[in-house]
Amino acid sequence: MRAMVYRGPYKVRVEDKDVPAIEHPNDAIVRVTLAAICGSDLHLYHGLMPDTRIGHTFGHEFIGVVEQVGSSVQNLQVGDRVMVPFNVFCGSCWFCARGLYSNCHNVNPNATAVGGIYGYSHTTGGYDGGQSQYVRVPFADVGPAKIPDWMHDEDAVVLTDAAATGYFGAQLGEIAEGDTVVVLGAGPVGLVAAQSAWLMGAGRVIVVDHLQERLEKARTMAHAETLDYDEYDDVVVEMKKQTDYLGADVVIEAVGAEADGNFLQQVTGTKLKVQGGSPVALNWAIDGVRKGGTISVVGAYGPIPNAVKFGDALNKGLTLRMNQTPVKRQWPRMFEHVRNGHLTPREVVTHRFPLEHIAEAYHVFSSKLDGCIKPLILPDAA
Amino acid sequence: MTHPDVPSAYLRDKRTPPPSREELRARIPGWGADLDPADRPSHPKLQYPADTGAHWDFPERQPGGEGREHSVEHAFVTPVFGTAQPLSGLSGAIRRFAYTRFSEGRLAHWMLLIVGDRVDAWGSHLRSFVSLRPDMPATGLRTEFTRGGLRSRRGRSDVRHQLLDPVIVAGPWVAVAAATWTGVRRLVRALRG
Repeated sequence: MRAMVYRGPYKVRVEDKDVPAIEHPNDAIVRVTLAAICGSDLHLYHGLMPDTRIGHTFGHEFIGVVEQVGSSVQNLQVGDRVMVPFNVFCGSCWFCARGLYSNCHNVNPNATAVGGIYGYSHTTGGYDGGQSQYVRVPFADVGPAKIPDWMHDEDAVVLTDAAATGYFGAQLGEIAEGDTVVVLGAGPVGLVAAQSAWLMGAGRVIVVDHLQERLEKARTMAHAETLDYDEYDDVVVEMKKQTDYLGADVVIEAVGAEADGNFLQQVTGTKLKVQGGSPVALNWAIDGVRKGGTISVVGAYGPIPNAVKFGDALNKGLTLRMNQTPVKRQWPRMFEHVRNGHLTPREVVTHRFPLEHIAEAYHVFSSKLDGCIKPLILPDAA
Repeated sequence: MTHPDVPSAYLRDKRTPPPSREELRARIPGWGADLDPADRPSHPKLQYPADTGAHWDFPERQPGGEGREHSVEHAFVTPVFGTAQPLSGLSGAIRRFAYTRFSEGRLAHWMLLIVGDRVDAWGSHLRSFVSLRPDMPATGLRTEFTRGGLRSRRGRSDVRHQLLDPVIVAGPWVAVAAATWTGVRRLVRALRG
């Protein structure tokens, strides 16, 4: 089969690999029909995530058709069209039994601090991902869901992570009716988080970014006010001015470890790699939220420490809530919202690349060329 | 209103109340559909699902876990695990040492894994030079010409640090090439006497 392969920082290509095999009785093999590159894949691509091995196939956002099932699989059949959450999870450990699917303890021998994720280094379990023609899906009775007939494939693939994470991020913010919600980052996660904030009763939603096409999308797709941080010497001061010097009631941090906006943090965090990424957005969240407010962190960070202003978070009496998204827990309600048009995940999609052009897709997305917000990967396109 | 110039932060209530429900519902599709915090999918954080699909108390163990690296914070290799890219070579030895010697709480664990990654990458690059597909310092660069490399970056503040990318990405390759060239020249001179 053809698969995306990591060759080192800033280097990916497509190679021939063996089709994955059933390795556990509850495995399925899925033929991938559509995949996506996630912003967090760029952390791997840039060499920021420990234990990213040469030859690894990335990709934790994908949908496909069940090609083969293991002997104990009861809920799926060959030929089923499925969407697969980015979490690999067992459904039975202490954490899964309490709905924390992203914190499963039975699928990632390499670390206890993070669960299993498809195609996301050995730090999350060493599973090859879905930017390929076939992928091994463990716990087929637990993770995948059949794609509803009415659902668009592009909605389905974005729901496997980015959209679910945006919706989850808004929930972590514990938004109360009338709250002013600031969303940092107008990528796919931030855009859906902004849409979701309205569903939870926000009275005002402000999205902060500096890329014009993304700010425009925040206005049209998410009906949000926008702040272009390039226009201000200090965007935190502007956030205070915009909120009558209170600060936002809730800040949703949807950027993660490669935030722009501070040259020193960017260079030390993502270029020289002397800290575990650039926590600019997290520090803006701490500064920009009001005292006693809530910060929701759904931007992805790795395990290496960051220079975060924790003292200010303490002194302001903040509530910080965060997790990797337990995707499947979000789906039943999200399906309703997508069906009735309240959430529109596929609006974030801007580019579609054949798998054979994976190197181009990564460079365009990484460098934010051509207005790219969300690139999809078509495994079987010529 | 007293003190009309004093912002909300210094008073009991916000000066500007949020728009009414009717106004928001008219403007925003689905506004308030998840208004009740207790009726959101992730509330409460610990929530016992009715049925996860699991039909086991503890999953059957996947074969092949003997000797596989695992965090020392785990009691054992988990019953299911990834089998992609097993440890091998010098990078594998470094990574195994990181897993067996240091917990996830130790920075040394993660820094050794990063060192393993770089050793893995350079070993792979060197091997690629004797293959039909040698590695390049970066891939996908033709899109700089086909997808508007200059146009897309116009006016963006992140261009300042993107200028470092060619140095960070190509610098080690240039350094290795220069060192190799110098070494070969010295060797040739020494052999010539």
